[in-house]
Amino acid sequence: MQTFDLAAEGLRELNSTLHAQSEETNQTKWEVVNPRGSHAIAVGLDAPIEVNIKGSTGYYCGGMNKQATVHVHGSAGPGVAENMMSGTVVVEGDASQYAGATGNGGLLVVKGNASSRCGISMKGIDIVVHGNIGHMSAFMAQSGNLVVCGDAGDALGDSIYEARLFVRGSVKSLGADCIEKEMRPEHIEILTDLLARAGSDAKPEEFKRYGSARQLYNFKIDNAY
Amino acid sequence: MCGIVGLFLKDKALEPQLGALLTDMLITMTDRGPDSAGIAIYNDESTSYSKITVQSDTPETSFAGLAETLSEALGAEVGITVKDTHAVLVGPADKLAQMRSAIEAMETPIRVMSTGDSLEIYKEVGLPKNVAERFNVSAMNGSHGIGHTRMATESAVTTMGAHPFNTGLDQCLVHNGSLSNHNSLRRRLRRQGVHIETQNDSEVAAAYLTWKMQNGATLGEALESSLDDLDGFFTFVVGTKDGFGVVRDPIACKPAVMAETDQYVAFGSEYRALVNLPGIEDARVWEPEPATVYFWNH
Repeated sequence: MQTFDLAAEGLRELNSTLHAQSEETNQTKWEVVNPRGSHAIAVGLDAPIEVNIKGSTGYYCGGMNKQATVHVHGSAGPGVAENMMSGTVVVEGDASQYAGATGNGGLLVVKGNASSRCGISMKGIDIVVHGNIGHMSAFMAQSGNLVVCGDAGDALGDSIYEARLFVRGSVKSLGADCIEKEMRPEHIEILTDLLARAGSDAKPEEFKRYGSARQLYNFKIDNAY
Repeated sequence: MCGIVGLFLKDKALEPQLGALLTDMLITMTDRGPDSAGIAIYNDESTSYSKITVQSDTPETSFAGLAETLSEALGAEVGITVKDTHAVLVGPADKLAQMRSAIEAMETPIRVMSTGDSLEIYKEVGLPKNVAERFNVSAMNGSHGIGHTRMATESAVTTMGAHPFNTGLDQCLVHNGSLSNHNSLRRRLRRQGVHIETQNDSEVAAAYLTWKMQNGATLGEALESSLDDLDGFFTFVVGTKDGFGVVRDPIACKPAVMAETDQYVAFGSEYRALVNLPGIEDARVWEPEPATVYFWNH
């Protein structure tokens, strides 16, 4: 395993070292110490490597990730795993606002709570939050799955397109055009797989599914002010 | 974008380190606000003496003989401590208003930064590191303090446009965000006789809270009502003589992180600002909820 001291060697050195890893690299396991809330740690990776960050991170940790597994052993600042394409990002603590925003693929796991705008404009990413999520989560979500083992805040799924939202606890309020939907066997199957991959022992049967009522797809004069 | 830091000490043993801890936090927030920086620090809660912190761009001439002139005008002794472009004037508490009027009536270019029993505000244009060094903030002690690094949006980059803003005795406010109804609210407050110096949106928020508290609201109640009456984006951190409060607007897009231990309550725009605090590894760290008022009192 390679250990990288961020305080001593700096962010550019870290990211360029990680970017230099190819699909065939033998150095698959990395540890980053002294993250101290720094921005843009392990951003833009594109190799099947595992990066363990020993502490809390600032803005955009694991952003644009492809293939890599980024594990934050602390809490993450705004925009963790933003625009992830594939791979896995795991946050042991809490995640700040817009976790997993615009993500195209991969899996984001937050073991604590995620704050506002979790999964905003998600485009295929899977997000599993063990705790609660804040307001305006999955705003304009287009594709993918958002799983919340706790409660959701105000305006969940506002102006949602086609993402699936699964919430075990309460939903403070649903956003425009977001409704509760029937939980069918195929949804239980998706949920079972995601919960298992995210290390959650929550039971799929305890969740409710929410999604788009598809009333905002076409212009309707009744929707105008 | 702006940076906010705040530290409210529960453990008196940390008081000699307040300035040093705040300086470190403030400098970490430089890239959120390199235009100007300021610090409000609360210390020395004497009830018989009050303080006015003043600023001048020409301190050598403006502060020369200032204490003597004021002593004569007030018929009571006024002490002065000069720190770079600022000076702290100390006079009898019952003559504070008189002292302020005397300063404002002077022909020398002196501007009032803060008034109160324990509050001192130091703020200038420039990088946080340079501002903190000019006033030797790291040597200051106190019970609580608030710092701000400004990236200006709503008004010019000047000393008067720098945060924190002091609009009532021992009260101060710093702001990250921008208010959209500050012009109309400024007019309303001025009609109520509230003194507002600048065109800055954040000063209006400070004046609004002061006005609410003058009308009987507690700090917590004033912050609650700000959620109804202020329109725009804001994370506020406010200080009073013995209190420290935080509120974010309902959308809450301006970042905020808090940490609490047995020794202190700390605020940072980012977690980065908190990493050097003692015992941060074991602190309770959380993000303040939107539209929720937090405050602590000594």
